[in-house]
This record gives sequence, structure tokens and C-alpha cells, in this order.
Amino acid sequence: MSVSDFWAIFDAEGLGRIIALSLSVSLSATALATLFGTPFGAALAVYAVPGRRILVIAVNALLGLPPVVVGLALYLILSRSGSLGVLGLLFTPGAMVLAQALLALPIVTALVHDATADSWAEYGAALQVDGATRLQSIPHLLAIARTRLVTAVLAGFGRTISEVGAILIVGGNIAGYTRTMTTAIVLETSKGNLSLALGLGFVLIGISIAVSTTIFALSIKGGRWW
Amino acid sequence: MVRQRLAAVILISSAIFAGGPSRADETIVLASTTSVENSGLLADILLKFTKETGISVRVLAQGTGQALATAAHGDADLVLVHDPEAEQNFIAEGHGVDRRQIAWNDFIVVGPRADPAHVAGSHDAVAAFKAIAAAGAPFVSRGDKSGTDALEHRLWHAAAIDPAQAGSGSWYRDIGGGMGAALNTASAMNAYTLSDRGTWLSFGNKADLAVLVEGDPKLLNRYDVILLDPQKHPEAKQQPAHRFADWLASPEGQAAIGAYKVNGEQLFHPSANAPK
Repeated sequence: MSVSDFWAIFDAEGLGRIIALSLSVSLSATALATLFGTPFGAALAVYAVPGRRILVIAVNALLGLPPVVVGLALYLILSRSGSLGVLGLLFTPGAMVLAQALLALPIVTALVHDATADSWAEYGAALQVDGATRLQSIPHLLAIARTRLVTAVLAGFGRTISEVGAILIVGGNIAGYTRTMTTAIVLETSKGNLSLALGLGFVLIGISIAVSTTIFALSIKGGRWW
Repeated sequence: MVRQRLAAVILISSAIFAGGPSRADETIVLASTTSVENSGLLADILLKFTKETGISVRVLAQGTGQALATAAHGDADLVLVHDPEAEQNFIAEGHGVDRRQIAWNDFIVVGPRADPAHVAGSHDAVAAFKAIAAAGAPFVSRGDKSGTDALEHRLWHAAAIDPAQAGSGSWYRDIGGGMGAALNTASAMNAYTLSDRGTWLSFGNKADLAVLVEGDPKLLNRYDVILLDPQKHPEAKQQPAHRFADWLASPEGQAAIGAYKVNGEQLFHPSANAPK
């Protein structure tokens, strides 16, 4: 297959739309996981509530959450015959965001917990001497651990951009609507278009590297503001 | 600061969503099989249908078993599948109504050119299956309750062979995957497999595989469209789904199906001239 063939197919398959959907779904899912995982992880580090150890162990155990199981469970819930069927979310990008957010949530939570627990051990006493409550300490701890927070977000993004098992089930890989880079790669492989599938794979890796580098660079630049 | 950045990310991504594939017109979900979607047929004829009616069709390419299950859950508005027995059960269970044949082609047995079971040129699928089993030649099975898988099991049954018992762990390889995955596996293992002709013709990784058995009346592959029973599935979009089914059976739809070609070969025949 020549390079021009390759681009012709890209164009026919609406590559731009596929890339845009991959990015928007994965970034939205990462944002959701960060929004909920960051305060949850930090709270787990700071508050000595009963059962905290079990929660921490549970969050870490969920790092290995199998995407295909999350997809299947979500499918049954979002199906029109499921408990949340009235939302009409199944086979939409919204369902894909939800699935990937659930997969990224334990990753962000566990890594944020790990980072803030270390900061808390080191600076917690000092912060409390200064009169900060545990709640007031959290923003300081997050600021101290900011580079590790970025790592947490990047790890969450890495999980979502590369994921295929869950979004294939809840998204349905519908052409022009829920087809992403990963599901397009699965599809082209099944059509026997192995070189096109591999080419899409390289594009996906390039995008993933570009996004991660951008987030990382922005966070280093923004570091001065803290 | 973290919050602000998060807000920015959410804003940007929702902007991408809004500018993305949102549609004002009516949209229906069609649960279908990989053979009509991966071969490019649906993409081709749906362009014409959407242009004529303004109705968009979202296609789920699944095996027939999964497509019928999706519809039975109420998650599709109509189905286009190819397993007569499973379709009859679907209708008998009260999920479907108004089954119409809209296209046909045939199944073929593909295998390595070296043909260790000596089945090339045969027009008898059951005899070919017997020969493959007797030779212990590798055979890839879909094993996914698709229409093709169902036919394969009917052929083994007719050959009085239980392949799982006779060849599991040796020559009989049940991969639990779609037609494309089965063809990729067969091409890598130099194995035989049963394929629908549409997927085979548009498949890009044939390697050393060739069509060895064809032309057996048992290998007829009929595609039917079935609407959902409004009593059991009131949430299905009856009107546009009905319109799509009618269009598929109409002269325009039938002409569109017959006109679709890959590399100059016709993949699906309109049902008007279907063999009885």
C-alpha cells in the first residue's frame, strides 16, 4: 500500500472525525476521573476515617479493573431494558465517556492518594501547627505534590486513549458517530486491512504522545503560578 | 488552578462534541451483521437512503446472535440478519414482526491452496466437512452464534460429526470471533473455514487462502430485515424503521443492493430473483 492510498482511505473513513472523537471522549473521561478522583484521593490521605485502609486497598485493587467487564456491566445498566435505560445513553459518545471515566477513576484516585499521603506525612504536622484544618490542608498538599498529580492525570489519560474493550460494547463502533481510533483499528484488522490498521495505530501513538507532552509541558510552565 | 484547567479541558471537549457528529434529523439504530457492514454494503446504500428520506441509520455490526440479543434488549429499532432459525425464534418470542428477505448471496468454504483434505472443486459442503474432519486438517470455527456459525453447526450435524468432540484441541479451532477474525486466523494457520461471500470478497488478508467449495444449495445465505413488535418494544422508533425496511424491499433499495460492487464483483443479490 502506497502512502497516497493510505491517505485516501483516511479521508474516506473520516479520519478527522475519528481522531476528534477519540480525543474528546478520552479527555472528557480523564477530566471526569480527575474531578472526582483528586479530592477523593486527597481525602483518603488526610482523613483518618474508620475503614480507610480497606478503601485504599480497594482503590488500588481496582487498578486492574477489566475494561470488558466495565463495558458489559454498563451495557446492562444503560440498555433500554436496564435501570438507566431511559437516559438513552447506550451507543452514544456519552456512554463511552462514562465507561472510560470509571476505568480511569481508580488510577487517578490511587496515584493522588499516594502523592498526597507522602506530602501529608512530611508537611501535615507543620500545616496543622499553622492552624490549617485537614480540609484547608488539601490544596496545599496538592500544590506540593503537583508534579505527581500531573503523572496521575497522564496515567488516567493513557488508560482512556488506549482503551477499546469497554467502548466497543457501550459505543457500538458506529461509523461517523461512535467510531474512535482504537475501535477503527479493531475494525480494519477484522477486514484484513492489516497495514491500514497498523498505520492507524502509529497515528494513535503519535496523538497520545502529543497530548501527554502538551499536558506535561503546560503543567511545568504553570508550576510557577503555584 | 487545577480546577480552572479542568474546566478548560471540559469546555474544550464539550465544544468538540457539539461541533461533532450531532444530527437534527431522525436517527434509527440498525442491529446488523458484520458481513453487510464490513463489506461496505450498508455504508454505500445508506448514503442513498439518507439522501432520499433524511433519516440517518446508525449501524451496529455484530453477529446475528448478538444483533438479535441487542434488539431483544430494546437497544435497536430494527435488525438485518442472516440466520433463519434464530430469526424464527426471535419472532416466536414476540420480539419481531414483518420479516422480509431483502438480499441473498452464498457461503463458501475457503482453505489453503495446498488443500490437504482434497475438497477443491466440490459442490457438496457436507462431504467437504467430512473430508476435512477425516484428514484432521485445521478448521477455524467462528464459535460466536453468528449466522455463519449457526450454518457451520448445521453442516457438521448433517455430516454426523461433533467437531468439538472430534477435534477440539487439535484440528478444530473455535476462536469465538467475527468473520474477519476467523479469516485472519485461517490465513495465518492455513486452515479451512466457512465464510460468507461478501466478507470474503472484500477481505484484504487472503494470503494463501482460496475458495474451494461453492455452489451447494445448502450454502444459500439469505438476509432478512425484521421490525420490532410495537407491543413488546414500544420504545423502538417504528415509523422511520418501517420506512427503512420498506425502502430496502422497494425497487430503489433493491437496485442499490444489486449495484454495490467490490473490485468489479457483485457482493449481494436483490431478493426478487432469490432461489427458492
